[in-house]
Amino acid sequence: MDYPLLSLLIFAPIVGGIVVLAAGESRPGLARWLALLVSLITMALCIPLLQNFDSSTAQMQFVERVMWIETFDIHYFLGVDGIAVPLIVLTAFTSVLVVVAGWEVIQTRVSQYFAAFLILEGLMIGVFAALDAILFYVFFEAMLLPMFLIIGMWGGPNRVYATLKFFLYTFFGSVFLLIGLIYLYLEGGSFSILDMHRLPLPLDAQIWLFFAFLIGFAVKVPMFPVHTWLPDAHVEAPTGGSVVLAAIMLKIGGYGFLRFSLPIVPDGSQAMDWVVILLSLIAIVYIGLVALAQADMKKLIAYSSISHMGFVTLGAFMVFQVLENGTMEAAQLGLEGAMVQMISHGFISGAMFLCVGVLYDRMHSRMIGDYGGVANTMPWFAAFAVLFSMANAGLPGTSGFVGEFMVIVASLQANFWFAFTAALTLIIGAAYTLWMVKRVIFGDVTNTNVARLKDINAREAVILSSLAIAVLALGVYPDPLIDLMHASVAHLLEQIQLGKL
Amino acid sequence: MEFDILTLKPLLPELFVLTMACLILVADLYISEARRGIVHMMAMLTLVFVAILTMRSYGGAEQATVMVMNGTFVRDQMGDILKLAIYVLMAAVFVYAKHDLRHRKLFVGEYYVLALFGMLGMMVMISAASLLSMYLGLELLALSSYALVALERDSARASESAMKYFVLGAMASGALLYGMSMIYGATGSLDLLEISMAVRDLGSDDIVLAFGLAFLVVGVAFKFGAVPFHMWLPDVYHGAPTPVTLFLAAAPKLAAFAMAIRLFDLALGDMHIHWQGMLVFLAVLSLALGNIVAIAQTNLKRMLAYSTISHVGFMLLGILAGTPAGYAASMFYAIIYAIMAAGTFGMIILLSRQGVEAENLDHFKGLNKRSPWFAAVMMFLLASLAGVPPFVGFFAKLQVLSAVVDINLTWLAVYAVIMSVIGAFYYLRVIKLMYLDAPDTDEPINAPFDLKAVLTVNGLAQLLLTFLAGPIIAACGAAFGI
Repeated sequence: MDYPLLSLLIFAPIVGGIVVLAAGESRPGLARWLALLVSLITMALCIPLLQNFDSSTAQMQFVERVMWIETFDIHYFLGVDGIAVPLIVLTAFTSVLVVVAGWEVIQTRVSQYFAAFLILEGLMIGVFAALDAILFYVFFEAMLLPMFLIIGMWGGPNRVYATLKFFLYTFFGSVFLLIGLIYLYLEGGSFSILDMHRLPLPLDAQIWLFFAFLIGFAVKVPMFPVHTWLPDAHVEAPTGGSVVLAAIMLKIGGYGFLRFSLPIVPDGSQAMDWVVILLSLIAIVYIGLVALAQADMKKLIAYSSISHMGFVTLGAFMVFQVLENGTMEAAQLGLEGAMVQMISHGFISGAMFLCVGVLYDRMHSRMIGDYGGVANTMPWFAAFAVLFSMANAGLPGTSGFVGEFMVIVASLQANFWFAFTAALTLIIGAAYTLWMVKRVIFGDVTNTNVARLKDINAREAVILSSLAIAVLALGVYPDPLIDLMHASVAHLLEQIQLGKL
Repeated sequence: MEFDILTLKPLLPELFVLTMACLILVADLYISEARRGIVHMMAMLTLVFVAILTMRSYGGAEQATVMVMNGTFVRDQMGDILKLAIYVLMAAVFVYAKHDLRHRKLFVGEYYVLALFGMLGMMVMISAASLLSMYLGLELLALSSYALVALERDSARASESAMKYFVLGAMASGALLYGMSMIYGATGSLDLLEISMAVRDLGSDDIVLAFGLAFLVVGVAFKFGAVPFHMWLPDVYHGAPTPVTLFLAAAPKLAAFAMAIRLFDLALGDMHIHWQGMLVFLAVLSLALGNIVAIAQTNLKRMLAYSTISHVGFMLLGILAGTPAGYAASMFYAIIYAIMAAGTFGMIILLSRQGVEAENLDHFKGLNKRSPWFAAVMMFLLASLAGVPPFVGFFAKLQVLSAVVDINLTWLAVYAVIMSVIGAFYYLRVIKLMYLDAPDTDEPINAPFDLKAVLTVNGLAQLLLTFLAGPIIAACGAAFGI
């Protein structure tokens, strides 16, 4: 590669966002088209990324390294492996959909809306591409400000509370991460994440660092019991905000576990893995039951997200017990399952929030009770909504099945009860999702508002069908995704097995 | 003793500022009200030329330390960097202040003269190599500040806060002098280097020295505004006219930093174990009180005063580390903080109109609708104050935290970041007011071009300095030999 592809991926949307901002509030049309153009360019930049990516090695690729702050040995250091690439592509893909989804709905401060999303996109890609811990942290934290404004400016009635809670919760979590990173720098003399991977550490230090990382990433994922900001944020955020939050920002927590916790403090993670496993299982079962009780569709999907993200953290941290009681292959399967679950959940949760958005734009209500018999007036929409709901419930043939199945199969080798508890989600998940579908989509038309509903237009059809294709393709043929990450996951597993004591 | 005028060459910047301040004082008498702008220009030119004078003799990383006036005055790299930062800050202060001074019918030469004398005081404090010159600089700054606060003499609020400032300041000066006299009594010298040698001989457990140190800490803490010596700060910030608050909030923090370094590190470095404990106490209290009480404020000037207290806590963290890295971190923090503080007070001036001071939080409501550009500038400043990356305030915090973790006071670093999360709330609240609330007025923002331009630069600097942080951090490090 002779051009800085990762920098382009990061800065094309950021600079594009500033250009959109400069288009001003007086020309909303121009702002929309510019935003679409920028997001498509970023998406197009993913093509050379995938084409030139060598999935046979776990080496960091497309590496860029420039000295930034010499005194502290902080570099502008980028590079990706098979774990980061799928997430970057997911980010670029989702951002295009978000721009299209906000096309008509957003009528106030249009250029600021699109600019915020584009800048956010660049920062999120930066998180996945950063190989310097401080650079990572900068992107990780910088995301908060655009998201704060997105929820706060275009959100629902209780948006101020929700957005402050979102910001302060995540800010609180991440400062412990920062102290952990500073400690690692002082021990090893380098902020490079790759150097941190190699730095030997005594067990007690590893355990302290494990908890510092855990607080930072658990809030982001979010894990039980620090999940309470998510339902509030999701409910109040505009559709686009919910989509980005669910599809990408939650993944940053999972990515953090794979990039920091497991390889940097493997022995600490091994000693404390029961904490994460326990919290993951609670999330899967208890939060699933909480979802069952929701009357608000967005809240229901938010809780379902927390429950599904439980599979990611379970898949990542049960690897120690799998290695103890089972085979290497099973451990690899579990980690890959966690990754597949992240990508799949990105598609499905995004699609679910977009479906709610479609309904909300027409009826201005998210309450399940206000709907009923939507299938009669919106048949096309109903088809998509049912497909995505099935995927959310983990129906074989959809992407939702693949990740969960991989994690459950692998967990059988760790402990039967892990598998048993995790598999409960197939029942609970189906219950809350399908019950919602029954009440919203099927049955007789319950009121005149529903009777007046118009089916999805071409723009909405494009968004939903592209997601439907993604969900089905990944469900039927997940091999390309797994191949992409195989070598990197194997390398991660090696690092875990080696330990650092 | 033979006296050679050329030995005064390192003093040239100070002499120049002194001459210009006197010149402006006299010239102002002959300049009519309508042409007061000339005074402003003279003050600005003073800053430009003194910057050139300082820079011409600035030697970069290899700069040698020069002592003059029988060892009472020192030119070194730390001093030069701090002075250059002060010139830049003062230039911004003058530009911001002009607009508001006109509104208040306070556009008088005295403001500039007093501010320049105050600046001279800071320069002497920074370069002081003996207790005597340090006290002289401190008092020059303090007396100018008292007079500046009282500049709006018809305002009861300003007079009251000037009185408070004066009384409390006099007590703090008294404490400092008392401490200095004890140090003198124990070591027999006013010269900081000789004191440090004497301390080495006496040992750090000498009881008179310990007493003297305690009083010195009181004096420095008062100058910084660290809890529990912070009482004057909210009242003075609130009561003083905004152009004066601006002056007080920005540059003097750098002088206070230099004073702390010269006293604690240079003279009493061997007593690190003692002053470290005291500074930990001050820092812990400042971080808590500043951040928590700021939440309760509805007046922006008062809120920023409490925010200052919390930032002082961070600066003290770097100093108490007692390592070159800690001092460098604290120096970077002080410079960056002063830039941020100047910008936020500049925003208050920008939004102020004839007769209306935009000092309440509500004045910032819906700013994004009135002026998206300056809402963004303010957001940059606030986010930087809160320490949110990618703004430069984060890198200042990062360094300080790193210095504290490095001396195994990790609990203190954790405490500091938790406090700064609490602090993030009140900065966010202002961002919320600007972006999420509807404005009370649709009046467009009316301000002269120079104010808008400098304010824009000040806001964007929060972002740009992030990219240029490397060289500045390196320069701060070089001042302490790293």
